Amino acid sequence: MATDTVTNSTRDEVLRRIRAATGGTSDGGVAKAGWEGIARDYRRKGTREREGVLALLEDRLRDYDARVVRVAGGRVAQSVAEMLAERGVRRMVVPVGLPVAWLPAAAGAGGVEFVVDEGLSSGDLDDFDGVMTGATLAIAETGTFVLQSVAGQGRRAATLVPDYHLCVVRAEDVVETVPESMAQLQRTAGLATTFVSGPSATADIEMTRIKGVHGPRFLDVILIV
Amino acid sequence: MSGVGLDPKTAPTFPMAAKAMLGDTQLRKNVRHATDVIQGKRARVVGEMPDWQELREAGRQIRQHTMKYLDFYLEEFEANCTRAGGVVHWARDAEEARGIVVGLVKASGSDEVIKIKSMTTEEIELNTALEAAGIHAFETDLAELIIQLGEDRPSHIVVPALHKNRQQIREIFQRKMNLPELGERPEDLADAARMFLREKFLRVKTAVSGANFLIAETGGVCVVESEGNGRMCLTLPETLITIAGIDKVLPRFQDLEVMLQLLPRSATGERMNPYNSIWTGVDAADGPRVFHVVLMDNARTEILADEEARQTLNCIRCGACQNACPVYRQTGGHAYGSVYAGPIGAILTPQLQEMQHAQSLPYASSLCGACYEVCPVKINIPEVLIHLRNRVVRQNTAGVAGFFDVEAGAMKAMAMIFRSERRFRAVQRLGRVAEGPLVHKDGQGEGWIRWLPGLLGGWTQVRDLREMPKETFRDWWERRGDNGN
Repeated sequence: MATDTVTNSTRDEVLRRIRAATGGTSDGGVAKAGWEGIARDYRRKGTREREGVLALLEDRLRDYDARVVRVAGGRVAQSVAEMLAERGVRRMVVPVGLPVAWLPAAAGAGGVEFVVDEGLSSGDLDDFDGVMTGATLAIAETGTFVLQSVAGQGRRAATLVPDYHLCVVRAEDVVETVPESMAQLQRTAGLATTFVSGPSATADIEMTRIKGVHGPRFLDVILIV
Repeated sequence: MSGVGLDPKTAPTFPMAAKAMLGDTQLRKNVRHATDVIQGKRARVVGEMPDWQELREAGRQIRQHTMKYLDFYLEEFEANCTRAGGVVHWARDAEEARGIVVGLVKASGSDEVIKIKSMTTEEIELNTALEAAGIHAFETDLAELIIQLGEDRPSHIVVPALHKNRQQIREIFQRKMNLPELGERPEDLADAARMFLREKFLRVKTAVSGANFLIAETGGVCVVESEGNGRMCLTLPETLITIAGIDKVLPRFQDLEVMLQLLPRSATGERMNPYNSIWTGVDAADGPRVFHVVLMDNARTEILADEEARQTLNCIRCGACQNACPVYRQTGGHAYGSVYAGPIGAILTPQLQEMQHAQSLPYASSLCGACYEVCPVKINIPEVLIHLRNRVVRQNTAGVAGFFDVEAGAMKAMAMIFRSERRFRAVQRLGRVAEGPLVHKDGQGEGWIRWLPGLLGGWTQVRDLREMPKETFRDWWERRGDNGN
């Protein structure tokens, strides 16, 4: 209780100082009206044709060292099998709710084992070679895809601890600009949300970009068209 | 260089520290290389944006609007964060903030924490307070790890170890990680850091982070990073403690569409940094079970109260002003004696320190305006620098006679001289004679004055003065005559 009292008086003191500095208590209605008056003359919508948007996304992803392939809806599983074989991964973790049709049948997967994440510990996750997920959307202009804590995209730890991430993005979920992505995400703004642009990277040593420090070092994207 | 945090109360004044740094040619080379690279990348990705100026203007207006209604947005953030399962704490100053964090770490039952790079925790020297309480903090950002293991101090807001080159980093890692065979390729060094920290990420149960943005509308917090160490800290431990200045709030989720375009391009010259995490309170199945936010004032309300300097609070800590600053590029960050270096440090630090300390920082600038030009939220740093210089003078002259009477007298005498051509010419002649004994010739035969007597010595302490020309412009003009060419 003592702590509560201290905290409350501290809170009141900070708010009192703010109000003294700004000339009084803010009126929420006035604040909201003021916010709506903020000039937003920047681009709110993209201008490219559909094909141009997809090509831009591919270009930006590659610029950040991700590998990208375009496949038709029916060929995802086969493409996954090829990607995993090329990467040489053996054990993949997948989130609950990932479309089963995306997973190669056991025989065609070159012996890759898929394990569904039903609350694996961080240590367990560290034993996997990679993770495969879907995405809520992708932003072409920045080469970004957005993951949320929903079925098919999983917990944040699962897309972080393994060294390889394979992300499947539907072409209809690709937007051109950042404002378009935020408009779509507004409905689910309360979910844990991660914007991913390329594999983990650092430039802390002589500004040389190095792929992969603590997060996944390798990133592949399958774009379903 | 010691492991002690940068503290303007104990640091030497900027001119003294800068003079020492100018002698370190390796440091200057490292700083110049790093700032050149970032500036080049920044210019390229900013150039891609046809609406960059419109984004900057929106950024400025959002920040200015937020400061005007700061109490409302903080209360809104608190209510929404609490509703989502977070616990919000308030701290008036650094000491209270340290006390709250130390208390929360102890309550989490851990004597170790993993930390993602945070300017706020640097500002309050949190690591020292944690160590004093028997809690060991592991810095997990690669640059912060280099600083921590090297018992060094950060020198840049975004790239704290940019003053070190790969050989120097390798030497630190070899020694502290016991890796005698370590190579010096950046990849080798990053791998060593990955190995060193992976075990900590998987074991340590408590994490401390800063925040790039607090979202009032949702109670969410946003952290922007590249390496994934941030995601490790935000995601894997059982308890997460986030400490943020009260200035970090944004009104609505949508405002991120502006900030997430301005910040990465300005900070690291990337279209988007590899990871942005946004989370709201706690999620039973995903991430920490306990989440605290500490909202810290620490003199920010005093900056808010100063209408001419208030725009300082608009800063989103991108560091673009540092990279663009000709003074920073020569001296590096340590000369500023503060965790906030460069132009933004020159205006932020004196205000966080209530001006008694760091009085020399508003003068650590040539007022060239490069910082204003690159600032993504259009903070007019030169304008604030001049305002703060005025405050320094007012503070120093308040109730003090002596030196400033002399200075005022000298200014009056100057005015008298400038008003009369005859007096002006006489003083010029006198000056050429009087400077004689003070002039030293350099290798090219140019004359320089390195020391002036008395009060004028303050000028030459940190500058060399050229000798006066043999002939004044007026004399030359007259000699040239009506028909001369």
